[in-house]
Amino acid sequence: MSGELVIRVNGKPHTVQAAPETPLLYVLRNELGLHGPQFGCGLEQCGACMVLVGSEAKNSCKLKVSEAGQAPITTLEGLIEDGKLHPVQRAFIEEEAAQCGYCINGMIISTIALLLKNPEPSDKKIRAALDGNICRCGTHLRILRAVRRAAELMWGEAEV
Amino acid sequence: MADPRWKPGSQGRNRGASSGSGRAEAFWGQLTNRLDDWLAFEPDGIILAFSGKVELGTGVRTALAQIVAEELDVPFERVRMVMGDTALTPNEGFTAGSMTIQASGSALRNAAAEARRALLQMASDLLDAAVEELEVRDGTIAVSHHPDRTVSYAELIGGKRFNREVTGNAPLKRPEEYRLVGTSVPRLDIPQIVAGQHGFIQDLVVPGMLHGRLVRPPSPGATLVSIDETSIRDLPGLVKVVHLGNFAGVVAEREEQAILAAERLAVSWEEKSALPGNQNLYAYLRLQPTQDNVLVDTGDIEARLNRAAHHLHAVYEQPYHAHASVGPSCAVADVREGQVTVWAATAGPYPLRGALAQLAGVPNDRVRLINVEGAGSYGHNGADDVAADAVVLSREVGRPVRVQWSREQEFIWEPKGPAGIMEVDGGLDENGQVVAWDYRIWSPSHASRSFIADQLLTVHLITGQPAPPMPFAFGAERNARTNYAFPHQRVTVHYLANSLLRTSAFRSLGGTENTFANESFMDELAAAAQVDAIEFRLRYLNDPRAQEVIKAAATRAGWEAHPSPRLKRSQDGQVAFGRGIAFAQYENDQAIVATIINLQVDLTSGEVRVQDVVIAHDCGLIINPNGLKNQIEGNVIQSLSRALKEEVRFDQTRITSVDWESYPILKFTEVPEIEIILINRPHLPAVGAGEPSTVTTAAAVANAIFDATGARLRRLPFTPERVKAGIEQML
Repeated sequence: MSGELVIRVNGKPHTVQAAPETPLLYVLRNELGLHGPQFGCGLEQCGACMVLVGSEAKNSCKLKVSEAGQAPITTLEGLIEDGKLHPVQRAFIEEEAAQCGYCINGMIISTIALLLKNPEPSDKKIRAALDGNICRCGTHLRILRAVRRAAELMWGEAEV
Repeated sequence: MADPRWKPGSQGRNRGASSGSGRAEAFWGQLTNRLDDWLAFEPDGIILAFSGKVELGTGVRTALAQIVAEELDVPFERVRMVMGDTALTPNEGFTAGSMTIQASGSALRNAAAEARRALLQMASDLLDAAVEELEVRDGTIAVSHHPDRTVSYAELIGGKRFNREVTGNAPLKRPEEYRLVGTSVPRLDIPQIVAGQHGFIQDLVVPGMLHGRLVRPPSPGATLVSIDETSIRDLPGLVKVVHLGNFAGVVAEREEQAILAAERLAVSWEEKSALPGNQNLYAYLRLQPTQDNVLVDTGDIEARLNRAAHHLHAVYEQPYHAHASVGPSCAVADVREGQVTVWAATAGPYPLRGALAQLAGVPNDRVRLINVEGAGSYGHNGADDVAADAVVLSREVGRPVRVQWSREQEFIWEPKGPAGIMEVDGGLDENGQVVAWDYRIWSPSHASRSFIADQLLTVHLITGQPAPPMPFAFGAERNARTNYAFPHQRVTVHYLANSLLRTSAFRSLGGTENTFANESFMDELAAAAQVDAIEFRLRYLNDPRAQEVIKAAATRAGWEAHPSPRLKRSQDGQVAFGRGIAFAQYENDQAIVATIINLQVDLTSGEVRVQDVVIAHDCGLIINPNGLKNQIEGNVIQSLSRALKEEVRFDQTRITSVDWESYPILKFTEVPEIEIILINRPHLPAVGAGEPSTVTTAAAVANAIFDATGARLRRLPFTPERVKAGIEQML
């Protein structure tokens, strides 16, 4: 069955070797060597494995690769253009919004999905949008600051 | 002159383990005074600094590099930290107890000072100038009055060895001269983290690597009855089923194949109903044999309590907690031809090397243990056990094997933060002064670190034998004593010989539950004496630093002196508002912390909503203020989560906290604002900040709930049901 399925990841087509019922996460990590998305729970409870499917943040740990469809999939690696980090990535660096960093993939992916929908989210909206992303280190307040800064960076630059 | 703030070659205080027994070495490593063991100067100007400690997500990699760059007078960017590799770095035992800055930072600082002195001497000979005439800037030594006469560190020693000892008497910089230490140098690793290029242990790929998954018993103590390998015979990519005693695992070519094989492998288990269930936990713990240690006894406590005008008695309870690392434990092992290489997120590369050498049946020098960072561990999680799992599976297939635990396996099999029962009696005289204080804690050992194979879960499963009792009980004594100058007191630690669930170090060990009990009880005494909680504490604190920390927090929080409970209500009477304080000096002589919490309680549902936290923190000399704030924020949020929500649940047979729904932690919508006041003491030792700001949270919450409602909560966590029950008891 392998060799027939093609997914679009970070702007490029990729022929999947794995069986079609394989969760997207393992295809991304092991076939494409993309280590942005992480295995956190395999239960869609924590958000560590999130990727952008189109402009939606989705957990990739249970999403069958065969059901990923033709929507473009973007990981942290795919956010970097010509070596330049995405404004949301830069905001996380500027706010030092990480401790161990394992959850940060999902935080950044969720943030992008939120800001694409809502360019100026209120604090309440930001918290609600990130509520499905678990952080054990307690980096929440920095992540919230990073999201607010990201909103400024993303749309501030777009206007220039 | 050596600076007394940094002891030469110091590997930390001797804690619990008697020196000379070998146990201290197992825990805290072995000293090396060879300069070349700590620093290597490359010909291109890069300086490698070797630390036996590891990065656990706290930012110590950055802080240690700051210390080295500071003392050597080189740009920060030129220092590269090499950490936790038994082939490359010194043996500094475990990264634990908030000791990395004290131990490794001190050792590296002295090594850097020694290197600087040696380099100045070499430059003196070469440039024909006295050492006093030389100055160092960015790793280049120049003659003060002849700036053209220069030589760089790299030219002097690049690629060569010093071959000299760290004496501990090389001159150290004075705090006034610091340009890097004390500044918020950005964390080195965040640019990689946000780009998906950090290289977690979970990301490691070794050529020829296979994927392993484990099939664990459904409950601790279950035994394997039968295993039917034919059940997965037809699965693609399967390489081997491994079955040793109660240990079962599969190895496959691809990760998803290993996961599927582990799910489908037919294994039947016989389970035992050996647990008391959550409801009976504390009654059960009371029945266990203990090993007792009286930390202080000024005598005649019972009589003084009996004579007191008011005698208060209280019992506090803390359940088992899960480290609950967000990334399940992972390791890679390569066992071939008697050589063992293991990549693991262990906090103790050298101790684990010894344990894995025993497991593999080879001498220590045939094992190389390389630390690779994992998800935050906050103590001893499954990182060491999964390394042993990988060793066993790799040995069976003769190829490198990567193993990652499932979420459920992480929750069930990680060593738990220990439960505890804390009982206090206190006496007040007619003026509201404390005349006697009698404190007891019952808790199992807080450390079962894997420095011998028998401490590894993998070995328990293979042999069917539980872990042997630790040679010394440890941890529950931490902060059992308060820093209050009571005239008469007794403090007793009852180490439980049997731990119901396997336990080990979790952020602050005994500090958490002891401070919860001590600081709750201080509040109970203050309320009984009808004295403001802060005023009451200050009466018994002689240390001006401690007083300053409390006052700084109180000022920032706008604390109005008033005895609790104030019973403030919303206009409709449905919501109660309260504030609470807790104070501690970590391990009685380390960082000093005061936490003030404002919260509201929904009187109908019992739901607690923490509004804001003010925390004042004095950990001596601050290396990196922003890194420190990051640690404090993390400690506050994690400990708030433990106080409000966390409890490892189990029935008579199984652990039932198995995922994020059955072990919920604090979420974004529940996180309060946190205001941090850092008190810097440039002329005092830099002490650890990885744990102290965890210990005060639970008591501050309990005291605030009391202030709001008059209900005193003594059993963690403070779930809406318990708060509601507490309020109803008041009616």
